[in-house]
Amino acid sequence: MSSLSVSERAKKGLSDGSRVGGPAVKVEDLSVTYRASVEKRPTLRGAIMRAGRGRRTIRTIEAVRDVSFEVQPGTVLGIVGANGAGKSTLVRAVAGILPPTEGRIEVHGRVSTLLALGVGFNGNLSGRENVVLGGLAAGLTRSEVAEKYQEIEDFAELGDFIDMPMKTYSSGMFSRLAFSVAVNMTPDILLVDEALSAGDARFKRKSLDKMRELVAQARTIFLVSHALATVRELCSEAIWMHKGELKLHGDPDRVIKGYTRYLEVGESAVTDEDF
Amino acid sequence: MKGSPPVALDDDFLGQVHVYEKHRIGLPRMRPYFRELWRRREFAVELSRSTLRAQNFNTLFGQLWLVLNPLLLGAVYYVLVAIIRGNARGIDFLAHLLGGLFIFYFVSGSILTGTNSVVGGGRLILNTSFPRILLPASATITAFLRFLPTLPIYAAVHIAAGLPFSWAMLWVPVLLLLYALFAHGVAAFFATLQVYFRDTANFLPYLTRIWLYLSPILWTLDDVSGVGVKIKQFLVLNPLYPMLGAWQDIMEHGHAPRLSFLLGTLAWAVGATVVGGLFFMSREREFAVRL
Repeated sequence: MSSLSVSERAKKGLSDGSRVGGPAVKVEDLSVTYRASVEKRPTLRGAIMRAGRGRRTIRTIEAVRDVSFEVQPGTVLGIVGANGAGKSTLVRAVAGILPPTEGRIEVHGRVSTLLALGVGFNGNLSGRENVVLGGLAAGLTRSEVAEKYQEIEDFAELGDFIDMPMKTYSSGMFSRLAFSVAVNMTPDILLVDEALSAGDARFKRKSLDKMRELVAQARTIFLVSHALATVRELCSEAIWMHKGELKLHGDPDRVIKGYTRYLEVGESAVTDEDF
Repeated sequence: MKGSPPVALDDDFLGQVHVYEKHRIGLPRMRPYFRELWRRREFAVELSRSTLRAQNFNTLFGQLWLVLNPLLLGAVYYVLVAIIRGNARGIDFLAHLLGGLFIFYFVSGSILTGTNSVVGGGRLILNTSFPRILLPASATITAFLRFLPTLPIYAAVHIAAGLPFSWAMLWVPVLLLLYALFAHGVAAFFATLQVYFRDTANFLPYLTRIWLYLSPILWTLDDVSGVGVKIKQFLVLNPLYPMLGAWQDIMEHGHAPRLSFLLGTLAWAVGATVVGGLFFMSREREFAVRL
């Protein structure tokens, strides 16, 4: 009963965008560790054939280590860092896809994700079917999906391709549809991982405009990007991840300066230690 | 707001406040899990419909193939049995054979496609948080939708063979539901294994082939009434033994399934659902890192 009222309050607070105090996302001492198999394709046959030789094929990866931060509603948070710094893992943890190994994440609001791989899990199905399935999997009802579908289709501008199997799509078309789905789900919190890189110049412009529109509605956005100019232009805050740790959190200019200086000065160190 | 007690909200997937805490290998909280599962039931149905559409089973010839394929298989096994026995059996045996084959392909088809459902749903799993058990469930629905068009074929052969019609046939929907539950439980189990051992799906066709021969499909329960007690004890352990036995009691003998078959079917259905389902659910939060 009481839990219900808490969520009711949260709902009210978010929908009129006037919730005071509470952060949209609160990450406390978050660590995400996972055991990845060294084998390309873990098989039983492989496991049996290795048996008795005691060769370890599991490597533990500490993707995110002891990260804490808070993000207020309406913030556009840029996340920068080298490859393998734990950016995507962090975003997936916030989306509830990867469970924390340690620590706690609190997310207030409906989350929409636009992660590296985009929509379209089944290349044999058409864009339309993939959009509908993605929406249903995200917990929308059939009528809600139908309501949003037109906007999504219009925004993606795929023409006849929307009814073609997604395996016929170019990578640009893929990411246009993915972006269109993510932003048109009217999320309170939008998580974007490297998605603005594809798509032509015009679509990029359009998506930046759409992002600004979402920001203006006091939505919260996480933007993982290697395009530092985009981060500087769009973001109101930034964090720099390095080898799973939070190196710097604050004003985008300051964070980017720190990151680029590190890249220049420590170039050899980065290549040595990171890879 | 901030000092509110450790949030006891149970919306893990969609609701307005989500709290993700330290992950242990273990089961998710059941109440919200099943509520979210129910909320997304449309997804499982839509996924199987789209899958069938993508395989062109919505066209006339696609439908025809769904019917022709098992019918041809039936013919192959009918000839095989006739050759091995040295004499052709009657049309009532054809009814027995087809009924058994259709059910067998419903169950094994559900298991085979269900096994690949999680690994095949990679992108969706990496991008969306939802109860993953919907994926094998959808495979079972797909198998069922493919099974449905074979029922009229069976009915035709049933009539041609002059087999009885009776009130006992009202048991059929119950049996089909139990078959589906069993198939889904086993599918969930193998789908989990497939995440860890990607060659699980490669072994399965051999296992199902052996399973087919061990089940009362190519032979009848009467055929084995003479075999030794030892072999019979072994045959009885096959889940399909009570499952098909119940079906054959209705279809071939025109009476309600004997209690031992009903209880056996029920036990396998519940057992597979519980064991397979719990195994799947206890592991599913790890799937995203394993794909």
